[in-house]
Amino acid sequence: MNITPSPLTLLLSLSLLIIAFLSLFIGAADIPPGDIMSALFGTAQSSTEIIILELRLPRVILGIMAGASLGLSGAALQGLLRNPLADPGIIGVSATAGLGAVIAIYFGLSALFPLSIQIMSMGGALLATLILSLVSRRDSSVLTLILAGIGISSLATASIALAMNFAPNPMSLQDMIMWLLGSLENRTMTDITLAGPFIIGGWVIMRGVGQGLDASSLGEDTAQTLGINLKRLRMKVIIGSAISVGATVSVCGSIGFIGLVVPHMVRSLIGHAPGRLLVPSALMGAILLTIADLLTRIPVGHGQLRLGVVTAFVGSPLFLYIIYKTRGTMR
Amino acid sequence: MTLDAHNIHVTIKDNAILKGASLSVPKGKVIGLIGPNGAGKSTLLKAILGLTDIQSGQITLDGEELSGWSLKDRAKKISYAAQGAPVHWPLDVEHIISLGRIPHLDPWQEISDADQNLIHQAMVKTDTLHLAKRLTTTLSGGERACVMLARAIVSDADYLCADEPIASLDPYHQLRIMDILRGLATDGHGVLIVLHDLTLAGRYCDELVLINKGQILAQGPVEQVLTTENLELAYHIKASRWQEEDDHFLSPWKISGRPDHTA
Repeated sequence: MNITPSPLTLLLSLSLLIIAFLSLFIGAADIPPGDIMSALFGTAQSSTEIIILELRLPRVILGIMAGASLGLSGAALQGLLRNPLADPGIIGVSATAGLGAVIAIYFGLSALFPLSIQIMSMGGALLATLILSLVSRRDSSVLTLILAGIGISSLATASIALAMNFAPNPMSLQDMIMWLLGSLENRTMTDITLAGPFIIGGWVIMRGVGQGLDASSLGEDTAQTLGINLKRLRMKVIIGSAISVGATVSVCGSIGFIGLVVPHMVRSLIGHAPGRLLVPSALMGAILLTIADLLTRIPVGHGQLRLGVVTAFVGSPLFLYIIYKTRGTMR
Repeated sequence: MTLDAHNIHVTIKDNAILKGASLSVPKGKVIGLIGPNGAGKSTLLKAILGLTDIQSGQITLDGEELSGWSLKDRAKKISYAAQGAPVHWPLDVEHIISLGRIPHLDPWQEISDADQNLIHQAMVKTDTLHLAKRLTTTLSGGERACVMLARAIVSDADYLCADEPIASLDPYHQLRIMDILRGLATDGHGVLIVLHDLTLAGRYCDELVLINKGQILAQGPVEQVLTTENLELAYHIKASRWQEEDDHFLSPWKISGRPDHTA
């Protein structure tokens, strides 16, 4: 058993702590740093304490959990599918979770029962997971998995478009769009208690897959002759990432690009071994999402920047840059 | 001390690929598995490795049935060098070779000094030390074949199965790879190689197994398997033969008929 963290892991953990701490200081209400510190230690005025402990802190914690889930799942899925373009979106989980939320809004459930969006979208993610695990049990090919994911994803996206097409009123259409753009605004401890166990449960399911992913880089046959149980490996990665990403989407909405970009960022630092990418990718994902959430707090024009928009705008140029830098090594 | 396949039947989607194939790989010997394309060579190899379901028959190791064994226990005894040796990420050579130690490691366990020592030995044996830090994606076909062989050797299994390890290599690397495999047998390992090159098969193998249409057509010492009749029957070719001192050689020379497509 070797649990000594690598220098990169330590560096990323430290950066994450600092960025997360700093992000407590930035928000709509102008609170002096001294008051924020005393709120953290429970000695501030009650109004300040509410803003810090019940608004900003849950937002930071959720951001870390969501970013870590997306980064970890992206790295694990790219390793499993042996495809640098894989991300949680490709297995269809993000889209079905989004569909669950859209259905809740469409039928007005969200107005009747506030947590229905979260519950419905987690249900959507679980449905996709179920289909995927059935597929991966019957057929062992990775290509089948990717294609099944694309099929599920397209169907969910089409259903979302249908719901928007027939949206009962402009308000609910607005709600759907806002949800699909993703946000960490106004999240409370209730969101953490609702989604947290699933998010962390997904991570726990994925523990120990690194060695199997490393072996898979030699192809499926060779991995098996190295003693790797491929079916189990596949189940762990697919179900683990579906649960953690599904729970993430259920509280934060759709957040693209983190899962795709983060493993590439880590690769440019420590190489391509899929097992070594997992923990640093989780940390890097958390950092990136926390920074992206900070950017959404910048006042722009009359509206509010949405998280999914920021991650896409930060993520895609970064992605293009990394692909440009590493072209030639990947073939 | 042998690795045996007994009367193996494999049917894939109503297509009988193997119809009762048996072979035996003793420790210390190089066994060549030969036969025309589509005869079932790779399938038999995969059946032995536990990579394909078998309808009937059994694989035994020193007399013990392998079907109940875990993948990991199998992996400690039998290693595999896949055809074409795919590598899906640009990993460095030393890392690739170290993956061969996985059967002996727990999921979280890192490579130990003892493992490192075995990796070093395998790299010396395959003459790949100078490649240690190169990315596998930048290697030539011959270098790559040596690296993948080192990866299979490093797991220190009693038996090694190699699927066409010398396909599309230059003559130097073909001989080099065959020398390494021969050396493994001298060290006491049992080596099973799928081959297409009949000249090298005759030169390097202790025994040959000729498979045709899912059945074993002949097995035994080289001269008993590579007979004129067997070559015509299985490959539809005639070979030219020559002798140098006490060694007999043959080389495929011309086509003698057509494969029967009706079967």
